[in-house]
Amino acid sequence: MNKVLLIIQREYLTRVRKKSFIVMIFLVPLLILAMGAIIAFVAKDSDKLSTLQIVTVADDSKIFVGKFHDVSNIKFVVSHNDLNTDKAESKKDENISTLYIPAEYKKNGSIQIFSKKKSPMQLTGEIEKQMSDIAFNYNMLQHHIDTAVIHSIKKVDISINTVEVTETGDKNSNLGANMGVGIVCAMLIYLSLFIYGGQVMRGVIEEKTSRIIEVIISSVKPFQLMLGKIIGVGLVGLTQFSAWIILSVISSKIAGHAFNTPQSFMAGIISTLSTIPFGYILGCFLFYFLTGYLLYSALFAAVGSAVDSETETQQFMFPITLPLLFTYMLSVTVLFRAPDSALAVWLSIIPFTAPVAMMVRLPFDPPAWQIALSMFMMVVGFLFTTYVAARIYRVGILMYGKKASFKELAKWFFYKE
Amino acid sequence: MLSIRNIVKQYAGHRALDDVSLEVQSGQVFGLLGPNGAGKTSLIRIINQITAPDSGEVFFNGEKLNQSHIDRIGYLPEERGLYKKMEIGEQMIYLARLKGLSRAEAQKRLKFWFDKLGMETWWKKKIEELSKGMQQKAQFVATVLHEPDLIILDEPFSGFDPVNAEVIKDEILELNKKGATILFSTHRMESVEELCDAIALINKSHKILDGKVKAIRNSYRNDTYFVEYTGEVLGLGELAPFEIIGDTLTDDDRNTIKIKLATGKNSNDVLQYLIPKTQINMLREVIPSMHEIFIEKVNANSLSHE
Repeated sequence: MNKVLLIIQREYLTRVRKKSFIVMIFLVPLLILAMGAIIAFVAKDSDKLSTLQIVTVADDSKIFVGKFHDVSNIKFVVSHNDLNTDKAESKKDENISTLYIPAEYKKNGSIQIFSKKKSPMQLTGEIEKQMSDIAFNYNMLQHHIDTAVIHSIKKVDISINTVEVTETGDKNSNLGANMGVGIVCAMLIYLSLFIYGGQVMRGVIEEKTSRIIEVIISSVKPFQLMLGKIIGVGLVGLTQFSAWIILSVISSKIAGHAFNTPQSFMAGIISTLSTIPFGYILGCFLFYFLTGYLLYSALFAAVGSAVDSETETQQFMFPITLPLLFTYMLSVTVLFRAPDSALAVWLSIIPFTAPVAMMVRLPFDPPAWQIALSMFMMVVGFLFTTYVAARIYRVGILMYGKKASFKELAKWFFYKE
Repeated sequence: MLSIRNIVKQYAGHRALDDVSLEVQSGQVFGLLGPNGAGKTSLIRIINQITAPDSGEVFFNGEKLNQSHIDRIGYLPEERGLYKKMEIGEQMIYLARLKGLSRAEAQKRLKFWFDKLGMETWWKKKIEELSKGMQQKAQFVATVLHEPDLIILDEPFSGFDPVNAEVIKDEILELNKKGATILFSTHRMESVEELCDAIALINKSHKILDGKVKAIRNSYRNDTYFVEYTGEVLGLGELAPFEIIGDTLTDDDRNTIKIKLATGKNSNDVLQYLIPKTQINMLREVIPSMHEIFIEKVNANSLSHE
């Protein structure tokens, strides 16, 4: 065990000390920052209401109607038509939006704003702010304004579901932040599995081509070497991620002050982000990253052991990467639209595809038993691939000049110890 | 020290070792000889526990070979290699620690070896910055740094220039004098007589010869002598106790002949026969070199297999 620690230490330190690693640590948050700045800049610019916006208020709850007050570029009018007529009106003129408040306005997402183009953040922000105030006042009235009661009254959170009225029907244009986070996590897992799995593979090839492998395995067992390498590189990955997250948080805080982004914009982001159960998502992310990494890096190590140079890895890489690539491509389409379909459920339980598929499904609250089964299968999956990979690896690392095929690998697997 | 008993190793398609047994005594320099592809490296890998035999056993100091013996063995593989991007000092320490040495101890010993072999300035260098010969030297140090009881060297002199080969040879002998047992494989016979106490000859996965070098050479004596004399070229009478093999070599007035004794005769008979006839400068028995024995055995072995 002591020897595995030594190997982990070497694998970790040689990578972390590299100049490229340190450069990457600082470069990536800078890029994210730059991208964020550009987005903020563009958003700030496009968010300005250049023309007067007229909002037709159709209020079924009768609580809000007439209580809106006009601000600089926004004028509120009370609707006297039925909703469809108003919508048709909004479809014609991009400066006229229709705000629909149903009787059950407290239900999340039931309040909708219809407009020809996606409503600017400033408009929805202003409406949300006014509606919160109106609802608050209304509630106070309902409770016969008692100072003691005021503090006990829960503030009503209003969130507007922006709907674009298009030829093909109403389109929900507000992708929930939850789902965004799920997709981003899935993408990160997808990318990092390849990045760090690839590093493991290159490490194995390096040891094989430099022929140091024979010296090392006269001191440790091949399995110890493989394990040490996988864990060492995995820790490099965790270090990199942690550094990125910390630096990103710090830099975005600084950037928030420096750019003085509009209150409504930042408030919008913060209010949506605060609805995400970060601990839960982060925990799942770490779990799927680690088990997925262990599962795939073992396979990558086996591939590295079977070849003499990186150019020969292609034929093996393809079948290994296929399930992930497939899931990744499905994630933004099928999985996203039908997160509870049989396909999505199966993909999130099969260990080879689960890290990506489950992260996408997570925001849609899949049943607990599915998450549990998926996690269990991940553990079984990586134990299985590590076992298979170790058997191929121990033979492969000593084979030179032999063009390995899948048949050959199968033969190696069955070699006696 | 090392007892190898009835080892069989089968690879897909061919048998690398077939019922090979060897005994290496403690303190010996043992040569493992054989042409390329004979099975030497397979055997060495089994002793290093890199691979396991299909059947047969290896005993190390009387104990069945196990993980605890790994730290007592130093191994220099035929295909040399170190981490190219790693600093040499750090790398040597890493390899020694994998063999169970503490960091401090490894550092101390490494300093000693670097001083000894004139490598003091290399510590911070990366392997890829060193010449091939320098890399070999570094790898040799890595092999012996943990002071193993058994040092296994696979073709140790290949890749060294003559000067460095001599340096390494002296180091090997010195380590041997200090008590280390040396097992090395080679197909270069010149080094064998000079270094080895005992050898085993492996050909086509079988051991075809083993024993002490002197004993083997003696057993291959076949009553052949060189005779150098001054004077006219001799003609042999019927009573000569020997026959001449090949031609007479003449250099000025000195002639050299190779003779084979007739049955039951000895060197004194030769002298008695020759003294009246000519002036003898030299009579020397031909003891076959390991090289000749090697060629003869391998060829005979190959023929018998065809």
